[in-house]
Amino acid sequence: MSKVVHEPATPHRWPRPPEGTWTQHYPELGTSMMSFEDSVSPEFFELEREAIFKRAWLNVGRVEQVPKTGSYFTKELDVARASIIVVRDRDGAVNAFHNVCRHRGNKLVWNEFPRAETSGTCRQFTCKYHGWRYGLDGGLNFVQQEAEFFDLDKAELGLSPVHCEVWAGFIFVNLDATPRQTLREFLGPMITDLDGYPFDKMTEWYEFSADNQSNWKLFADAFQEYYHVPGLHSQQVPSAVRTPGKGFECAHFQVDGPHRMVSTGGARRWTMPPEFMYPIERVTRSGLVGPWESPELGELPKGLNPGRIEPWGIDNFQIFPNIEILIYHGWYLLYRYWPTSYNSHRFEGMLCFQPARTVRERVEHEVASVVFKEFALQDAGMLTGTQTALESAYRTAGLTEFPVNDQEILVRHFHKAVADWVDVYRHDLAGTDAR
Amino acid sequence: MTQTMLPPAFADLERFALTWCLKTESERYARRLASPMQELIDFYDACFPRVEDALAYCDKFPLEELPEDAIHLLHLVYSLVMVAMAVEIFQQPKPVDSADAELARVCAPWP
Ligand code: FES
Ligand SMILES: [Fe+2]
Repeated sequence: MSKVVHEPATPHRWPRPPEGTWTQHYPELGTSMMSFEDSVSPEFFELEREAIFKRAWLNVGRVEQVPKTGSYFTKELDVARASIIVVRDRDGAVNAFHNVCRHRGNKLVWNEFPRAETSGTCRQFTCKYHGWRYGLDGGLNFVQQEAEFFDLDKAELGLSPVHCEVWAGFIFVNLDATPRQTLREFLGPMITDLDGYPFDKMTEWYEFSADNQSNWKLFADAFQEYYHVPGLHSQQVPSAVRTPGKGFECAHFQVDGPHRMVSTGGARRWTMPPEFMYPIERVTRSGLVGPWESPELGELPKGLNPGRIEPWGIDNFQIFPNIEILIYHGWYLLYRYWPTSYNSHRFEGMLCFQPARTVRERVEHEVASVVFKEFALQDAGMLTGTQTALESAYRTAGLTEFPVNDQEILVRHFHKAVADWVDVYRHDLAGTDAR
Repeated sequence: MTQTMLPPAFADLERFALTWCLKTESERYARRLASPMQELIDFYDACFPRVEDALAYCDKFPLEELPEDAIHLLHLVYSLVMVAMAVEIFQQPKPVDSADAELARVCAPWP
């Protein structure tokens, strides 16, 4: 076998693991070409519903959305064919229930349109159909003309509970009859080491929503690698100082169970010469990576910047299956991807800041929010193209495998985690059949 | 006497007020997409030099107690931010390569 002589490796900006690449540091990932059939197959999507979305812990909101007794919101989990109610009860606990009346199965909580999510505060839930009432603990409290029923056991007819746990103010539900792991076990050390991060201080929210014509994983992929940034988002750098052909190297990658994270590092945009910023960024002191200065946060948890990158830029945590938390300097971004079919999904994005104290600070947040949207639209615009081209690659062009580089290790890991969960589910199914 | 929207010190921007003092991001984004580039540039050229003054003016009031004309001025600043994306970054009203993508802002703080 002849030995391939490599050119001397270009010096890397950031140190790499001893294996030489991030991907080889996690040997179970392999380095081969990858199939994205999981993003074009309706059959695979049906498996994901059962294997992932009915088994994993899913973040549906934050505790700030249920601030007091009786505060509630509903969430449509189309992917699991479920609608749920999340509500704070009289003891201060956050509970979740299937949004289904126990009488004849009407959808219990909705406002104007049954398919639309809603929120509010109430003392009890009253079914619009025949007026049955349920307490905040889900108990059936009142039945219209109870004496007309036959052996009605009200104690047995409370709302059907959904497993619900809170981590760091993030409300998670699990639709499994018996979740295989507690929420903390599921999240694992890489994520729970963020314990103590002051997410609760960042209550000024800019929320976005979009329906995208692409598989849910493809959009997540676009946000878990920075390899595409110089290509797709060349305008992030003013044209006068753009270096054609310049790449982007991430500072640190890490995976833990089904979850993953990536850190960026490097000089902060505003510490560079002024021509590296757009005029609007200079005048508002805010921009692509948010406000230049945010109120101090005090000591930060050990899980932040786990690679101890200096200068540190952004931590981007992807919590399996469908949530992403991007921690910037003093604020964070939250994304969720909710599949609606094998080639469409609903995207939710939230920018969360410490509340502005002055008009200037509010404008800083507005700028960050506007810039975020501009570049997210580029990612989203790309997706329809990726989805349709991948579908034709599989169905027409005979292309089934694609190369994935070391900067894209999280993409590789994500699709593998999805495949692993589907495999476990298939295995469990086979085991059940055999019995 | 015609009704003015902006504080008297910003009379020079009054001609943009009706078009650009818009309450929501969706309205500002839609207005940008629907505007010829030259109009965006005119608005930007007139407004950008006044941003510092506008922020200084608004910051004389507590954020939660801005008088109506200062809120209008703030909305004009928000519109400038929106328009700056087109003028400074993309040289066209729509983000380059955004195809048919849409992203609706469904919640934001006031004002
Ligand atoms: S279905 Fe709810 S009261 Fe009848
Ligand atoms: Fe992107």
